[in-house]
Amino acid sequence: MSELTINGDRYEHEAPVGRSLAEVLREDLGLTGTKVACGEGHCGACTVQLDGVPVLSCITLVHTVGGREVTTIEGLRDHKLIDAFVRADAVQCGFCTPGQVVSAAALVEANPNPTSAEIRHAMSGNLCRCGTYPKIEEAIGKWHASP
Amino acid sequence: MARLIKTEKEVEGRYEDVWIVVDEDALEQWPAGPLKVVGRDVPRIDGAERARGQAPYTADIQLPGMLHAAVLRSPHARARVSSIDLAPVRSLPGVRAAIGPDDLDQLTDEPGYVGHAIAAVAAETVGQAGAAVEQIAVEWELLEPLLDPDEAVRQSSYVDDGPDPYERGDFERAVAGADAVVEAEYRTQVVLHNSLETHQAVCHWEDDGITIYISTQYIWGVRDAMAERLGLPPDKVRVVCKAMGGGFGSKNGPGDYTSIAAELARRTGRPVKCALTRREENLATGNRNATIQRLTAAASGDGTLVALGGDFVNAIGNAGWSPSTEGPMQLLYACDNMRTANYGTKLNTPPNAAFRAPGFVEGTFGLECLLDELAAKLDIDPLEIRRRNYADSDRMDNRPFSSKNLAECYRRAEPHWAKRDEVRARSEGPWKHGIGLASQIWYGGGGPPSYAWIRLGSDGRAQVVTAMQDIGTGSRTAMAQIAAEELGIPLDHVSVSLGDSARGPFASISAGSSTIPSMGPAVRAAAADVKRQLIEIAAQRYHLEERVLELKDGRIVSSDGGSWPLEEITGLLEDGQILGKGARGPNPTGMRVLTFGVQIAEVAVDTETGEVRVDKIVAIHDVGRVVNALGASSQVEGGIIQGIGHTLSEDRILDPETGTPLTQTLDVYKMPTIADVPEIVTDLVDVPDPHLTNLGSKGLGEPPIIPTAAAIANAIRDATGADVRSLPITREEMLRALREAAERQREGDKVAAGSA
Repeated sequence: MSELTINGDRYEHEAPVGRSLAEVLREDLGLTGTKVACGEGHCGACTVQLDGVPVLSCITLVHTVGGREVTTIEGLRDHKLIDAFVRADAVQCGFCTPGQVVSAAALVEANPNPTSAEIRHAMSGNLCRCGTYPKIEEAIGKWHASP
Repeated sequence: MARLIKTEKEVEGRYEDVWIVVDEDALEQWPAGPLKVVGRDVPRIDGAERARGQAPYTADIQLPGMLHAAVLRSPHARARVSSIDLAPVRSLPGVRAAIGPDDLDQLTDEPGYVGHAIAAVAAETVGQAGAAVEQIAVEWELLEPLLDPDEAVRQSSYVDDGPDPYERGDFERAVAGADAVVEAEYRTQVVLHNSLETHQAVCHWEDDGITIYISTQYIWGVRDAMAERLGLPPDKVRVVCKAMGGGFGSKNGPGDYTSIAAELARRTGRPVKCALTRREENLATGNRNATIQRLTAAASGDGTLVALGGDFVNAIGNAGWSPSTEGPMQLLYACDNMRTANYGTKLNTPPNAAFRAPGFVEGTFGLECLLDELAAKLDIDPLEIRRRNYADSDRMDNRPFSSKNLAECYRRAEPHWAKRDEVRARSEGPWKHGIGLASQIWYGGGGPPSYAWIRLGSDGRAQVVTAMQDIGTGSRTAMAQIAAEELGIPLDHVSVSLGDSARGPFASISAGSSTIPSMGPAVRAAAADVKRQLIEIAAQRYHLEERVLELKDGRIVSSDGGSWPLEEITGLLEDGQILGKGARGPNPTGMRVLTFGVQIAEVAVDTETGEVRVDKIVAIHDVGRVVNALGASSQVEGGIIQGIGHTLSEDRILDPETGTPLTQTLDVYKMPTIADVPEIVTDLVDVPDPHLTNLGSKGLGEPPIIPTAAAIANAIRDATGADVRSLPITREEMLRALREAAERQREGDKVAAGSA
């Protein structure tokens, strides 16, 4: 039995060695906002924060995160970035979007006024097949201009 | 009165005659330009739900007792299963059922490509199912795979009836009499869709039938195909897709995975999910097929095209269909003499599937590069040569276009094109800058049948009900806008119920750029039906004639100055509702409905390393009325970004000996990232097609990806003088083209020196 802290809530959890954080979030805890698109750490859809730092939950083993603060998209639902993404139309099919928002939230926490180059650098690990990239850059650039 | 009409239906460039029932009075189109809600920048109404991770994708569905399937796929491109033993697998931990080639038509014992489904297992967890599949003992008899499309032509190995020839005028004679002739071979590669949500379905036998949750572009197509496969009446198959994570043409049918899940669910009596892994996704769900295009263009000295011709070899794969790679050549320009042939070759490679403007993306790369090579030979400006060959009608069957504003697109291209010298002047050291353009032609008119219902409640709020799907293009929002516009109520008073074949009428496929042109008119018609009923009720309530009443800004107004809030009428209803229904009418008889456009690319090429950087793309398209300007710009950007991947980095690489795809993962299959995106300028000629439906809108999903590759290649020629003729334009291909250009230059210098 191990203890997980996710979005400020504590969970008692038992998982076999080898189970990924993404599997635990989605299948055991019902936190399906985190998406899995490749399952091998190449696309960024499953991004969550560990102590504020973006990590790929599909290749993070759950037994390694005990004692650390996990933040998923469910913990960022009231973040100003959500509104910024919607207003900029940085959402098409939406499957990559939660991961994009989680990465972007870590970026603006560390750097509230990122330049275009900084946005591109920080977000280049989050693939979007629909091609919302220009709108994502716009949304992050204007994130605190939300009404 | 219901009218029975025979009309022509087009999807992805393929036409068929269909009977439809139309039960509506034709409506006048709205005036051109942005209206109150339609034509404006509207953020999508389900955007927050998606961004917050609350939208229900098939990947998120967990039904009580649900099992997980895994599929054994052939590791061989061509083989026979000489023996397979499933018995030991059935007793492995968690396994509840295992099926093989004898159990299901979608499983084979004669695989024709790497990834062909052989057997499948249902188990309590994904891990158990995957582990069990690895334990299935198979003995293979290996056969020699056919991988080369030219060899397939020699062997007459085709996916359909064989070569599809087309001819008009006298091609040979026109070429012989021309002032300038260019011939060139162009090649395009296999490109993988890589929707971020992989293909998947959950099948659940219930209510005397089956419910299928599936990530699909066509709820009704899945319903009909699965009803046929399962031997059920179609209404016993309920198909649900509330949100889906991308399709791009690959999710038009049920695939193998839906049948696998249905059969395993039937055997176990439990719901079964079959979700493909990323690697399976890149083997077994289709791809854009590779092409070889051997082309000829002939012109008189003033640039008038006198002949166009080409052999188009499509490397289709083990199954599939042969897209019209020759389509742009046949349709784009006025040219009287033409000869084309399409060869859809059958190979031991994974089957193709529609991928965003199948055929036209590839064919436009060939045609529009060829045209620039011709323009260079004749020393004519590339924009000018396109204007000189402007087509006023469809030369395939002499039909007029329902609308064509390509000339306006060219006019709007001028200020960007005029910067040619300025762009070239940015060249410095090994970095050469250039600018290129390419035209776009495609279908996208949509068609009937498609239906929508609207219910208006006593609170004055409307719900659009139709069993269409929003595959991420924003069609849900567009339908809400159209209903709000017609009803004259605020957008936030409209919701849209979609994604369930049991909850709403038949709706169009979301492919072929058809959702808005097919569904939009049906939604508007349904809203008009609601409006008509409101006026009838108001006339009775206020003792006025219907003809003096109208619905405006959420109020009933009369011509004598009376004005009542809508809720005063709807409020009479309590739990009652006003129910409107609408149908999509036919396309204009005897006309060709097409979309048009032009893109201008600015690129920089490092002539030492072969690196190509796209700096800017200007996209000018004519797709009739724009419903959501913001959503439309997103469609354009998305198409261009996929086009840039197609042009520069994406390539499904095949082991030439074994036919094994080597690029199954997203680290080696290189899709564009945010860091690869240039400046993109979108300019839409927002003019309704006067002959097309009550809306005048065509589709926009596909047009933006079509000209991107050719515009970039032509810009590279402008920058460097090199002819790139093979996609993707890797550094290797760029350096090859540069060497070839240098060689040609030396030869030219020698000839010049010799004649001097």
